Amino acid sequence: MQSDILQLIYLIGAVSFMVGLKMLSKPNTARQGNLIAAFGMTIAIIGTIFLYDGIKVSNYGWIFGGLVIGSILGTISAKKVKMTQMPEMVSLFNGMGGACAMLISAVEFNHLVAGNPIDALPKGPLLIIMLGLIIGSISFVGSLVAYGKLSGKVGDKSLKLQQVVNIGLLLLILGIAGYAIMFGPQQTETLFYAVWVLSVLYGILFVMPIGGADMPVVISLLNSFTGVAAAMGGFLYDNKVMLVGGILVGSAGTLLTLVMCKAMNRSLVNVLIGNFGGNSGEASTSPSGGTIREINAGDTAILLKYASKVVIVPGYGLAVAQAQHVCHELEDLLEKEGVSVKYAIHPVAGRMPGHMNVLLAESNVSYDKLIEMENINPEFNTTDVVLVVGANDVVNPAAKNDKSSPIYGMPILEVENAKNIIVMKRSMKAGYAGIENELFYQPKTSMLFGDAKATLAKLVTEVKSL
Amino acid sequence: MLEFINSNIQIIYLVILMIFVGVELIEKVPSVLHTPLMSGANAIHGVVIIGAIIIMGEAETMPATILGFIAVILGTLNVVGGFVVTDRMLEMFKKKK
Repeated sequence: MQSDILQLIYLIGAVSFMVGLKMLSKPNTARQGNLIAAFGMTIAIIGTIFLYDGIKVSNYGWIFGGLVIGSILGTISAKKVKMTQMPEMVSLFNGMGGACAMLISAVEFNHLVAGNPIDALPKGPLLIIMLGLIIGSISFVGSLVAYGKLSGKVGDKSLKLQQVVNIGLLLLILGIAGYAIMFGPQQTETLFYAVWVLSVLYGILFVMPIGGADMPVVISLLNSFTGVAAAMGGFLYDNKVMLVGGILVGSAGTLLTLVMCKAMNRSLVNVLIGNFGGNSGEASTSPSGGTIREINAGDTAILLKYASKVVIVPGYGLAVAQAQHVCHELEDLLEKEGVSVKYAIHPVAGRMPGHMNVLLAESNVSYDKLIEMENINPEFNTTDVVLVVGANDVVNPAAKNDKSSPIYGMPILEVENAKNIIVMKRSMKAGYAGIENELFYQPKTSMLFGDAKATLAKLVTEVKSL
Repeated sequence: MLEFINSNIQIIYLVILMIFVGVELIEKVPSVLHTPLMSGANAIHGVVIIGAIIIMGEAETMPATILGFIAVILGTLNVVGGFVVTDRMLEMFKKKK
């Protein structure tokens, strides 16, 4: 009876995951979708605690203790994190899930060893435990490295022949695990721990050489890894809700990873081998003889105030300077003066697809002012002033014109079609791809140097005083 | 091999169907939603917490208890943190329309 009710609860949970994920993929239902999935998760957890056969009442204290500690820590860190640090946070939570799967495998392996002679462990469960261990460990450690990279604590490093080492290591892991499963030698226990250590090492080496700019893709990939690791638990316990949740995230996450790669016009292999975003030698191919024109805040303010159409291109510079609020203030001010202001959002603006939308929405910029790339590009012809705030690679014409450029082929915002382009940057330093931007040297372009927040604030004062 | 497939045929069907469902669900997502969607999916794979609760609940030895306890904490972090972060992101989209 108990387990019949539990199965029904798991069914509801599994369906809620599917419905939730579906709703999450549409802007106007996304929030409810998240809540529906959370509801499904809650009943599945409560159901397991009280109805699962084999849970000892004497262990309730530990279970609730863990749930309470995890909930408090999770809520606090999720609430406190700044919007700009969202990607790191997601990576960290993903790593926790991977670690959880890894520990489950470790404990279940010991159960298996305790219940069977070491040289005759059942192959099926051992295979699942091994896979859960390998994938969970890679996801756990890989996510921590990705977290470190995004928060600037870990740099991009790569060994000589890194890819060869990585592939060799992966084959070694699979070889040892396969040998232990197929032949069940006396040393299976040692081999299990060897696989664990090597998987942790692989997690580090896998993410280490990939450039910081590509971390969102990596996080998305590791996210689907954790999904698969969770599904292994589903096999192990014949638990359908774990299976459905895990596989769903595994497959949806893989597709999402590919979609994100496509938005940057790169292949997944290209991202994983990591040939740019790091510190590759062919960094600066500066267009020869280019001179830049500087402009001050006063002149910029005049230009903006007497324009009839202004497009703001926000980039990571705006995000790090926390300038979204003052940016919105400037937009409001200009709108009051009768200037039409829009935001041009590149699919990978910021550090993560959709990141910029979240930031601007946070500062109350209305949703219909955020125009996606395909729709804003034809409008640049009729735009008087484009204000590029801390963006670089996404407006680099080299992506269209220069076949030798590492970003060649990436769709860009065609700001060079506008009448005036004002680029706000802290310095002439190259963007994440590490390449020069010929846009800065064009006659229509003026550079406004300074911190995005401070400069925007200056612009607001100047426009007000005009 | 054949025997293995036959004895697990239901699960195999389920896995294959879920792979297709996952792909279908995500197709044609506006790039605006990539981050929240990734974050939401991140919270959903926190379902691994159920495995953690099971090992914790069945734990008899001290090492199993400790590992289980840590697993429950980590799994909860994944679930709670994941859903809260996603909700915070999506909350921003809703304010003005």
